[in-house]
Amino acid sequence: MPETPERGAAVNITLDGRPVVARAGEMLIAAAERAGTYIPRFCYHPRMKPVGMCRMCLVELKGPRGFSLQPACYVPVAEGMEAVTESPAVKKAQDGVLEFLLINHPLDCPVCDKGGECPLQDQTLAYGPGETRFVEEKRHWDKPVPVSSLVLIDRERCIQCARCTRFAEEVAGEPGIDLAGRSDATEVANYPGQPYDSNFSGNVVQICPVGALLAKPYRFRARPWDLQQVETTCTMCALGCRVAAQSSADEVVRFLGVDSDPVNWGWLCDKGRFLFEALNSPRRLSYPLARRAEPVGNGSSGARAPLAEVSWSDALSEVVTHLAEARGDRIGVIGGARLPNEDAYVWSKLARSVLATDNVDAQLGDGLPADLVAGLPRATIDEACSAPLVLLVAPDIKEELPVLYLRLRHAAREGGTKLLEVSPAATGLTGLCAASLRYRPGELAAVARALSGREKVTADVAGVPAAEVEAARALVASTPGLVVVLGRPSLSESASGAAQAGLALAELPGVSFLPALRRANVHGAIDFGLAPGLLPGRVGLAEGSEWFEHHWGPVPAQPGLSTLGMLDRAAAGRMDVLVLLGADPVSDCPDRALAKQALEKARFVVAVDAFENASTAYADVVLPAAIYTERRGSFTNIEGRVSWLGQKVTAPGTARPDWMIAAEIATRLGRDIGASSLDSVWAEIRRVSPLHASVEPDLLMSYRGRDGVVVGTDGTGAVPAEVSPLDPMAAHGISSAELHPAPPGELRSQLHRALGAGPVLTEGTPVPPPPRRIGLGDLEAAGTSGLPAPAHRAGASASPGGVPALRLVARRPMWDGGTLVQESPSVRELHPPFTVALHPDDLARLGAAGGAALRLVSRRGSLVAPVVGDKSVSPGTALVPFNVPGAAVAELVDAASDWTEVTVERLEAGS
Amino acid sequence: MPHLSEDNLERARALVALYPEKRSALIPALHLLQEQDGYVSPEGIEDVAELLGLTPAEVRGTASFYDMFHLEPVGKYVVAVCTNIACMLAGAYELLHHIEESLGTHPGGTTEDGMFTLEDAECLALCGNAPCVTVNWRYFGDMTPERWEALAEDLRAGRLDAEVPPHGTLCRVRRSVGLLAGGAAGGATGPMPAVDVTTSRTTPAMASTVLPAPAGDGAGGAASRSPGTGAQAGRQAGEGS
Repeated sequence: MPETPERGAAVNITLDGRPVVARAGEMLIAAAERAGTYIPRFCYHPRMKPVGMCRMCLVELKGPRGFSLQPACYVPVAEGMEAVTESPAVKKAQDGVLEFLLINHPLDCPVCDKGGECPLQDQTLAYGPGETRFVEEKRHWDKPVPVSSLVLIDRERCIQCARCTRFAEEVAGEPGIDLAGRSDATEVANYPGQPYDSNFSGNVVQICPVGALLAKPYRFRARPWDLQQVETTCTMCALGCRVAAQSSADEVVRFLGVDSDPVNWGWLCDKGRFLFEALNSPRRLSYPLARRAEPVGNGSSGARAPLAEVSWSDALSEVVTHLAEARGDRIGVIGGARLPNEDAYVWSKLARSVLATDNVDAQLGDGLPADLVAGLPRATIDEACSAPLVLLVAPDIKEELPVLYLRLRHAAREGGTKLLEVSPAATGLTGLCAASLRYRPGELAAVARALSGREKVTADVAGVPAAEVEAARALVASTPGLVVVLGRPSLSESASGAAQAGLALAELPGVSFLPALRRANVHGAIDFGLAPGLLPGRVGLAEGSEWFEHHWGPVPAQPGLSTLGMLDRAAAGRMDVLVLLGADPVSDCPDRALAKQALEKARFVVAVDAFENASTAYADVVLPAAIYTERRGSFTNIEGRVSWLGQKVTAPGTARPDWMIAAEIATRLGRDIGASSLDSVWAEIRRVSPLHASVEPDLLMSYRGRDGVVVGTDGTGAVPAEVSPLDPMAAHGISSAELHPAPPGELRSQLHRALGAGPVLTEGTPVPPPPRRIGLGDLEAAGTSGLPAPAHRAGASASPGGVPALRLVARRPMWDGGTLVQESPSVRELHPPFTVALHPDDLARLGAAGGAALRLVSRRGSLVAPVVGDKSVSPGTALVPFNVPGAAVAELVDAASDWTEVTVERLEAGS
Repeated sequence: MPHLSEDNLERARALVALYPEKRSALIPALHLLQEQDGYVSPEGIEDVAELLGLTPAEVRGTASFYDMFHLEPVGKYVVAVCTNIACMLAGAYELLHHIEESLGTHPGGTTEDGMFTLEDAECLALCGNAPCVTVNWRYFGDMTPERWEALAEDLRAGRLDAEVPPHGTLCRVRRSVGLLAGGAAGGATGPMPAVDVTTSRTTPAMASTVLPAPAGDGAGGAASRSPGTGAQAGRQAGEGS
């Protein structure tokens, strides 16, 4: 037995005279809170290290010389500890602290965003003196001043608790703000001329216990007591952070992070926090659009009629006419990652059982093969963050799944997790990695095979020195319980590299995977069958056809095409109808030329979307969809966690949920697909999808089920035994608004029973198929299982002037040219500039200086961009941001090649 | 292109190497910067931040906490007038007002010729010779308006250059925090020289500038004067009176 009790072991303390069992390692303030005694605080935040700065949590502790005042946030519990939280001495201390804090606080609460949900207000009411003896002039500052493009500071209100600066340094690792000055001139400040630009800056606004830090998109938008709120899940990436969506006058005005222990710990990235602005965009689609041929020839013969508003009835008739005329295998459904689970299920069913096509793919050629994602053994976020070793074969997590970056950063710094990275360019996590292997773009699979092999590596692999690969291989081999974060390290490499890498790594004993697909509910779409060859519940088409035919009627026998396959076939003029389900392949498919050509050549294109975008320009009919916060539903995150999506506002105009559109199309085609309400859809899902049989929507909507349930692991459907209540001083904006308005559970349960929820296994029905599994030996079988084989290689060529061609690395920044970003005024301009970054040696070889314009030419197209020298870029590669406004890197990418090669040439001034 | 000179960069790197945590070298590195530029310049802050693996915001945050680091350009001489109780009773405010008028600036301000920056200070620990001022942290006790004028004249004329180097110059600090470790300037190599705390507290540079009381007064200051420099200081006093 160790001398100090193990972390979490029971520790007996006495709190206000009563015995309390605390956990070793926790601070007194936390132990007291769990025991029901709330100790006031400002600087303490449960997700950050204590500092003991504000002194609000002073309590009396018994020591050898009697009781003395000590900060409860800074004293770890110890066996036999005696604490008094209410006594004249404590009361006097609290009075004193609050009187001091209010000396310089401006008390401009009527015009303060925090007024009404302010810890300083609330705690002054509860613990304060109520009057002041201070008659002198308060300090004055210019106010408010920007610390970044999204955050402003009112320094007069600041109480110097350092929550914001600690978050910036400790949690996000971006200390762009710090306390400056001293005494009453202390201020939180960024460095002049260097704004506090961080992917996580909005969190400092949320955790500020006064109105000192203000978010530009919310400032003066509402009073807290006017806000209505619903708990929901963020759909800005696939991580599934819990959020409170708050609205005023039927308009979403704020997102706050809710502390979900298995997922986001209360944090949000700025994309998740501020993209609600797009919901209120005047360019939201409210009515269906269709092209009406001009009745009179006005000289523009041959040009397509513009999209114009039509009725739902007319729009759907046109869609149904074309669908009815088309043969199943000439219909393709592209997209669906925007859709909640239920909608993905209904569209999946519509495609298979009504449209008779398996050409459905929620990914846009920028992800991983769905059967691989579904089949690899899955790790949860918690498992990854407590694993001894995490191997990152992924894009830049800090940009694509930002809050996962916070979790992994915490695991690497505070836990015992080692990070190992395989990436063609540096990422936000590189600095925290034990090693980062820089492979030549396109040759990822070779590195993964070497890492998962038993053989000692003696030769360089894909440009990585042998010693580095061998050290990493030895680390992988000697560390059981490896978790791989698997995604596409670069969008200008084909998916096959990452897929082969995943298969190779699956050979390691005890390995599990956390897929790093980024787009919203892409995992829900995969789990509910919006993927070729995959039916709901991660069931393969071959294994599941009997079961699904029993429930659905006939399903296609042959696996359909992926998005790239559909686009290829459409480009060849062999697609009759393409349905774009919240998909914009022209912007998001790595191969833009292919996407454009496909949409041009398809006979009929129908888009279901919230906005017009680059792809709806090719559509014949556009149907307006209700999106997050405008409809209920559920969401599946990267670990397979199903959580609830709440509704708070009404959709614009006649926009409606995607599942209703699918049901309506089916009805008009003369089929009833049994989707009359979300409840009926869930009841059917639980009957049909073995993976989801134990998922109760009632539970997801309840307080206890707020964290959702994970499917597809050993503990499928397990619900946490304990859900911590929100700390009103850490989640003040949330706890002051209406929380969790769930519908009456009793009533809904009855409804479910009536609808026959749960798997029904009676005589004569087929046995439900097992979900797909990938494990040992699948690498050998990959050639025949439909997983992508290595694609053809791009031929080497040389740039004029003897500079060898460079391999392109294309990655998404958090802020990009995506529709929702561009429809959110506060963040529209935050994307990085379009530049191409080269290693300084390559730059020198070109004879170019930083800032010079370069022309990049691939076999597909060319682009002009200013160049920057960057030592972190590997020699022989060119790093570009994917899809920033004004430059479509996808113009350069050939999706069929393992990598994209570009030749670079300097543009002379004026050319 | 770094803003710190080659020598100072070398010294700063040597400083960083002294500590298990890079950021521990922050204060001495800021002293180096202040010596080079006369104040903690923004360009230098960015250099220091890069060397220590910090952000400029953090470096500025720390520098701004300390009164002896100046984040804005200051004059060649920073004059601090003590206004704490002992000096106040001995006429510190009258002295301060005189100096304000004489220099044409107020505490916090710098003369137009860039020679003097005036500050009002809390206790400077020379109560025995109240009222006192410091010039670039060198003591001048028993100060009167007349003696201030003489001192200012000497400073302007460069007669005290040896005793009062320009603002930011490191003498004692360089010794006591081991800035010799780098050795780039002084040529010293090897381990940091041992520092004798008692002697470093009474270096000639510090003691020499304590002005003795006017002849005949007989009060104060004797204990803090070192015999070797008293004559020099007395000469200055004599010229002033």
